Amino acid sequence: MFVLVSYDVKTEDGDGRRRLRRIAKACRDYGQRVQYSVFECIVDPAQWTKLRARLLREMNSEEDSLRFYFLGSNWQRRVEHVGAKPALDLEGPLVI
Amino acid sequence: MKHYLNTLYVTTQGAYLAKDGECVLVRVEGEDRLRLPIHGLGGIVCFGQVSCSPFLLGHCAENGVGVSFLTERGRFLARVQGPVSGNVLLRREQYRRADDPAASAAAARCLLTGKIANCRAVLLRTARDHEDKVNAGALRGAAERLTDCGRRLDPGLPLDVLRGIEGEAGNAYFEVFDHLLTNQKEEFRFSGRSRRPPLDRINCLLSFFYVLLAHDVRSALESVGLDPAVGFLHRDRPGRPGLALDLMEEFRPVLADRLALSLVNLGQVQARGFRVEENGAVRMDDDTRKAVLVAYQKRKQEEMRHPFLDEKAPLGLMPYLQALLFARWLRGDLDGYPPFLWR
Repeated sequence: MFVLVSYDVKTEDGDGRRRLRRIAKACRDYGQRVQYSVFECIVDPAQWTKLRARLLREMNSEEDSLRFYFLGSNWQRRVEHVGAKPALDLEGPLVI
Repeated sequence: MKHYLNTLYVTTQGAYLAKDGECVLVRVEGEDRLRLPIHGLGGIVCFGQVSCSPFLLGHCAENGVGVSFLTERGRFLARVQGPVSGNVLLRREQYRRADDPAASAAAARCLLTGKIANCRAVLLRTARDHEDKVNAGALRGAAERLTDCGRRLDPGLPLDVLRGIEGEAGNAYFEVFDHLLTNQKEEFRFSGRSRRPPLDRINCLLSFFYVLLAHDVRSALESVGLDPAVGFLHRDRPGRPGLALDLMEEFRPVLADRLALSLVNLGQVQARGFRVEENGAVRMDDDTRKAVLVAYQKRKQEEMRHPFLDEKAPLGLMPYLQALLFARWLRGDLDGYPPFLWR
């Protein structure tokens, strides 16, 4: 399935910046960065459970916010991109 | 059902692959070109001068991602394999059957049935769809000879006889293979299989697809816990993935031959995309190779119904499903191995 993860982390102190880094890293392990704090992840339910648990562990629910959008497995029709930095289709042919 | 995992092909010379967290990082000239989570990958194929960090190789082994190294021109060099996993009982049963002439012949017979039926389907399909452009009579004639070969595959025949029939079927098929071309006929004339090196453009395409297919089939076999080296139709030879070659037979016409033909017929590859070297060997240039890889990946994503399991799946998953059925036959859950029949 396709999950869009976006986050807002309060980075006023060093601890916040640490959380931001670690949350970004967790997302990067499972998905593709499409904008600064937006990741597209193609995961199966088990992987999603892992990623979600990891994100919740890293965040501080008093100060940060996380949003998950579930776009299912037929996500191709539901995403449109305009402008610079088009995302790579991870399920398409990968030849570099 | 198993999710169809993507394969990463790296053809950029000088690229370096490294592990970055759970991702594969592709670096070219010090610049990060691509970062892919390893979960979505089923295999990595490196062409020519591409290097991999040991940590990435270890990580791939752990996650069951097959890594193959090929020369720039697509000749197979090596493959990195993690610790042997899977069911030892299954593998032992595979060795036992491969040692038993009668059981090997029974397996070979099923595999050949699939191969011959699929070759025949390819010929008949073209004869039907392009009645006006091709010599349909010749194609139908060859298909008839294949039907005849298929009929002679009686149970209980020894391996030698089966191989004789395979040879005959192969001849009948490749004799009319040239008639399957409807476009660029002059540039892509086919006059028999040649390999190491391929001597014409069609052979160059075919050989390249067979290498890619072998990589995929081998990964499929390993993922169900079978030993790709111990074959039934192809006997043991050091360094040769016998079972992978066996299982490939039924996929060659469908996944490789037909794809090579449609690339030529639709003009997606051009004659000028190939170079002829002094010794007569024909090579693809870089752009053609990339286009061919993309076409192969796209083809694998097309969905079709599996003839035996009656489930819809991408074509790229079919080798996995066949490997699974093969394992079931070895375990005794199935009385025979049901080959992959394309319609």
